Amino acid sequence: MSEIETLEQEALTAIDGAADEAALEEVRVETLGKKGTISAQMKTLGQMSDEERKVAGPALNGLKARVNDAITARRDVLKREALNARLASETVDVTLPGRADPLSKGRIHPISQVMDEITAIFADMGFTVAEGPDIETDYYNFTALNFPEGHPAREMHDTFFLQPDADGTRKVLRTHTSPVQIRTMEVQEPPIRIVIPGKTYRQDSDATHSAMFHQLEGLVIDKSTNIANLKWTLLEFCKAFFEVDALDMRFRPSFFPFTEPSLEVDIQCDRSGGEVKLGEGSDWMEILGSGMVHPNVLRNCGLDPDVYQGFAWGIGIDRIAMLKYGMPDLRPFFEADQRWIDQYGFRPLDMPTLLGGLSQ
Amino acid sequence: MKFTLSWLKDHLETDASLELICDTLTMIGLEVEGVDDRAAFKPFVIAEVLTAERHPDADKLQVLSVNTGTGAPVQVVCGAPNARAGMKGAFAPPGAYVPGIDVTLSVGNIRGVESHGMMCSERELELSDAHDGIIDLPDDAPVGEPYANWAGLADPVIEIGITPNRPDALGVAGIAADLAAAGLGTVKTPDVPAIEGEGSCPVSIDLSAAGDFAPAFGLRLVAGVTNGPAPDWMQRRLIAIGLRPISALVDITNYVTFDRGRPLHVFDAAKVHGNLAVRPAKDGEAFTGLDEKDYTLSSAQYVIADDDGAESLAGIMGGASSGVDETTTDVLVESALWDPLIIARTGRDLGILTDARYRFERGVDPAFMEPGLDLATQLVMDLCGGTPSEKTIAGTVPQPDLTIDFPLSETQRLTGVAVDKARASEILTALGFGVTDKGERLDVAVPGTRPDVHGKADIVEEIMRINGVNAIEPQPLPALTSVGKPILTTGQTRTRNARRTLASRGMSETVLYSFIPRDHAEHFGGGAQALSLVNPIASDMSDMRPSLLPSLLAAAKRNVDRGAHDLAIFEVSHAYRGDQAEDQHRVAAGIRRGTARLETSGRNWDGTAKAVDTFDAKDDCLAVLAACGMDPNKVQIEAGGPDWLHRGRSGTVKLGPKVVLGHFGEIHPATLELMDVTGPLVGFEVMLDAIPAPKRKGKTSKGALTLSALQPVKRDFAFVLDRSVPAATVLRAAAGADKKLITNVAVFDLFEGASLGENAKSLAIEVTLQPTAKSLTDEEIDVVSAKVVTNVEKSTGGQLRG
Repeated sequence: MSEIETLEQEALTAIDGAADEAALEEVRVETLGKKGTISAQMKTLGQMSDEERKVAGPALNGLKARVNDAITARRDVLKREALNARLASETVDVTLPGRADPLSKGRIHPISQVMDEITAIFADMGFTVAEGPDIETDYYNFTALNFPEGHPAREMHDTFFLQPDADGTRKVLRTHTSPVQIRTMEVQEPPIRIVIPGKTYRQDSDATHSAMFHQLEGLVIDKSTNIANLKWTLLEFCKAFFEVDALDMRFRPSFFPFTEPSLEVDIQCDRSGGEVKLGEGSDWMEILGSGMVHPNVLRNCGLDPDVYQGFAWGIGIDRIAMLKYGMPDLRPFFEADQRWIDQYGFRPLDMPTLLGGLSQ
Repeated sequence: MKFTLSWLKDHLETDASLELICDTLTMIGLEVEGVDDRAAFKPFVIAEVLTAERHPDADKLQVLSVNTGTGAPVQVVCGAPNARAGMKGAFAPPGAYVPGIDVTLSVGNIRGVESHGMMCSERELELSDAHDGIIDLPDDAPVGEPYANWAGLADPVIEIGITPNRPDALGVAGIAADLAAAGLGTVKTPDVPAIEGEGSCPVSIDLSAAGDFAPAFGLRLVAGVTNGPAPDWMQRRLIAIGLRPISALVDITNYVTFDRGRPLHVFDAAKVHGNLAVRPAKDGEAFTGLDEKDYTLSSAQYVIADDDGAESLAGIMGGASSGVDETTTDVLVESALWDPLIIARTGRDLGILTDARYRFERGVDPAFMEPGLDLATQLVMDLCGGTPSEKTIAGTVPQPDLTIDFPLSETQRLTGVAVDKARASEILTALGFGVTDKGERLDVAVPGTRPDVHGKADIVEEIMRINGVNAIEPQPLPALTSVGKPILTTGQTRTRNARRTLASRGMSETVLYSFIPRDHAEHFGGGAQALSLVNPIASDMSDMRPSLLPSLLAAAKRNVDRGAHDLAIFEVSHAYRGDQAEDQHRVAAGIRRGTARLETSGRNWDGTAKAVDTFDAKDDCLAVLAACGMDPNKVQIEAGGPDWLHRGRSGTVKLGPKVVLGHFGEIHPATLELMDVTGPLVGFEVMLDAIPAPKRKGKTSKGALTLSALQPVKRDFAFVLDRSVPAATVLRAAAGADKKLITNVAVFDLFEGASLGENAKSLAIEVTLQPTAKSLTDEEIDVVSAKVVTNVEKSTGGQLRG
C-alpha cells in the first residue's frame, strides 16, 4: 500500500470514527490542518522534480479532496444526528390544554344572532330595518293603531305605565313594535318595506312570557300588496329562517285592532316527545299575528286607504329563537347565567348570511 | 267560551263530525283551544250491588258484591252509608283514574278484605260537591252500560278563544250561525215567542239619571215561583262549561247568557223596595255583590237602585241584598242594554270580571233585549212555575243604522282572491247582514250582533274567513330590480360591530331587563320620576335604567353566587336619560371580574392569570370605538370618571372638550357594596350615538401608501417624573420634537420605587425616527434626541434619567 493510500485509509477511518462535530474537527486539523498529515505531504511537493510532481501532485490533491468531502459528508451526518438528539430531548406534552383564545370563549346572545338572521333574510327581500323608542306615548302605542279608548283590546296588552307628568299624561312601555309602523308611515312615502326588531314590554311573566321580550314587526305599504303576498312573504321567511325546504303553515282569521282582515299564523310541529319538532307531526303552534293594515291606521298616517294598502305582521323573536334552537324556557334569556350563554350562545365570527347559511 | 256538542246541536242541524266542526271553527276565526271528548268518563260503568255485608273488621265499612255486567260479581269494600243491596251506581274498576280523588285504582286490601274497584260519589267523578254517599241510580239504569253515556255526560266540551271583535260568538246560537254560514249545516235556533203576561209589572224603571249609560231596560215580574235546583240537563251543561249550578233562577240567567250571549239578572221581588232607577253611584257608596265582596263605588259607576240603595252594579254583578234564594217566590227578571265603555271601565276599576261584563263590554245585540227577557221568562215558567206580568220597557232599543257601500272588487284588492257577487251575498246573508244588489257594489247593512263591523275591510274579512283563507294562494312580492342597498342605519351597524367585537374579545353577550331597582337607578344617575313605572312587575324592576352597568353588575353577582368568579360579560342595548324618544340612546357596556382578561383567565399549568385591572376595561372601550369607526388615536383620555368608578383608577374618553364617548375603570368600592358584589371588577361604557357620523358615504379610497426604503432608527429615553405626570403628556411632548421624522413613541417601561424618591416614577419611551429622503447622520439623530429630551423636560418638569 502506498503512503497516500495509507494516509487515506487512516483519515477515512478517523472520520468515520468521529463521534461528534468536535471530534471531526480534530480529525480535520490532524489531516488537513496546517500541520496535518496531508498538509505535510503537500509541502513535500516543492522539493520534488517536475516528473515526480506530475505524478504525486494529482494524487495528493485527489487525496485532499476526498478527505475533505468525507469530512463534509460526515459533518452533515453528525449535524443531523445532533439535531435529532436535541429534538428528542425537547418534547412537550401536547395534550396539556392550550391557552384558550378569546375568540373561542366569547359568545353572541341568541336574540342578537336571530335578529341578524332575520335581517339577512329580509334584506334579501328588499326590506330595510327601522327602529323606535321603547318609551312610547299612548297615541303611538294605541290610539294611532286603532285601539279605541277603553276597548277591551287595550286591556289584553297588560301595559306598563310610567309615572304621569305634570299635566297628567302618562307614557307607556311599548307593548309591541307596531308604533314604529306609525312613526315610519308619518315620515316615509310609500312604497314602504320595513322590518322593526326591538324590545317590547308586558306585565306578564311565566315560562313562555317575560315582562320584556323581543318582537319583529314587518310592514309593506304600496298600491297593490295583498294577503296573497302576505302569505308568500311569511312562508318564505319561515322556510328560510327555520332552514327547512317545506313547512306547513296555517293562516286563520283573527283580530288585531290595527289590521283588517287579520290572520294568526301557526306552523306545523310535533309536540309528542317533549321537545318541539318543526315541520312534522300534527300539532300547530301559533307563531305570529298579521293582517292588512287597517284603513284607520292608514288614515291616521295621512294615507288614503282607497289608494294605499299593505300588510303588517308581528312575530316574537324570542319565541322563534326558542323554537329554532331548542330552548325550552324564556326566562333564562334575560338572566345572564354564564352556563346558559355557554350552551346557547353563538361564536362571534359565525355571522349569519344567506350565502353561507344562517346557522352553520 | 265553552260549550258542549249537544248544546251546539240544539242550534245547528249537522252531520259533521266533532273533528270537522273543530277544524271549521278554527278556520273561520273561532280558534279551538281545547276539546274534552269526555274520555275520562269511559272506565265508569253502571253496576248493581247484589249483596252488602258488614266488614268483619270495621264498623263503618261494608263488603259489597257488585255485578258490573261482565263476568262474575266483584268484591268491593265501600264506606258509603247509602250502599245497600239492590242499588245501582257508578262503578270504577281497578286501573280507572278517579279524578275527584286524583287516584288510579288498583286492587286494594282494606283491613284484610280485598277490594276490586270502587263505587263512586258525584264528587269523586267531579260531577258535583256531593259526597254524602255513592251515586244512587234509578232501578232502570242498565247494568254494564258506560255510566256517562246513560247519564248524558259523554257530551264533548269544546273551548274556543273569542277575539274582542266577536261578541256574536259569545253565545252558542251565534257560533252555530257562523258554522252554518261556513256550510256545516243549518241553523235551527228556536224562535222566542213573545210573552204577553198578566197585569202590569209592579216595579217601574227610571232611566232619567242614567244618561247614555242605559239606552233601554226591560223588566218583568214572575210571581209564585218555586226556586229549587235546575233540571239535570241544564246543570250538566253548566257544569261542563265550568259553571257551578246554584238554583234554577240563577242557572236560567247563566244559561241564557251562554246560549244566546244575552246576560240577564234576577232580583228577589220581595227584597226590592219601591221602584228601580239606574243612576250613577254616590261617591263612596257601599255595595255588596253576589260574590259576597264589599265594593266602594264612585260616581263614574252606575247602579240599579231601589229605595234602599244600590241593588245591582248595572251590567256587571247583582247585589247580595236582593239576590234570589230557595225562599224566593216572586222574581223580577231584568234584560237591559248598557254602554260598553262604561261597563269596561267600571269592571276594570273594581277588578270584577263576570260573564255579563265580558259580554256587555264587547257589545250585545240590542235586538235581542226583549226576546232575551221573554226567553228567560219562559224558562222560569217552565222550571219554576209562576205567572208573568207584562213587561215594562224603559228607554228605546237602538236600531242598527250602519250600511256599508261595498265594492265587490274590494275582496280581490285586499286578499288577492275574487269572490263573485252571488257568493259574497250568500256569505253575508248567512252571517246576518242585509244585502242589497247595486251592480258592481253591494249595500251591506250591519246587524246589531256585529258592532265590530265598520267598513269595507271588515266586510272583506267576513267574506274571506267564510270563503276560506286557504283559497288564497301565496303570491311573491315583486322582487328587487337591482342589487340591494345597505339597509342598516349607522346606529344599527355600530350595535352589530360592537357586539361581535366584544364577543371576539372573549366576552359573553347578555340581554338584561330595561328596568332595575330604584336605588340602583339613583346610584347610576337615574331614578327620575318620568322613568319610574307605575305598575312594575316586581319592586326591583321599577325604574328604566340610566346605564347598562347596574344590570351587568347584578348579573355578575348572580354568577358569582353560583361560583362563576371569572366573568367577562357585555351588553349592547339602550339606556334612558328621559322619557323622550331622543333620550333613549345606544350603549355598549361590559365588565370583567376576577382574572377574566383578554389573553387568558383563571389558573393554568403555565401560571395563574393576573387580576383584571383598569387597562382591561380601557382596551375593551377603545376596541368598541375602533369597531364603530372612531380612531382611538384621535380621542383624549382624561383621568377620572362618573361617581360609580374608582376616582383614581378610571378614565373618561372624550372627543374635544364636550363630547364624552365613554368611560372605563375599576368599579367604585361603594358601588360594589351597593350592588352586593365583590371585585376585582372593572367595566366600561361607550355611548355609541356620541361617535361622530362617518364622513361622506361612497368615499372608499384609503389613499396611496408611501413606503420608505430606509431603515427606521429607534432611540430609548427614560425620564424621572412626578407621579402625577400623565404618560400622555410625555408621549405628546416627545412626538412634538419633530412631527415629520418621529413616527411613533411607545412606553416600554414604568418603574415606581423608593430608590427614585417619594412621588417619583421613571417612564421609559422608545422613539422611532423614519427618514424619508436619505439615511440620518449621527449628528441629525443627536439633534432630534436633544429636542425630545428638552420637550419632555419642559412640559413635565421631569428629568432625563442619568
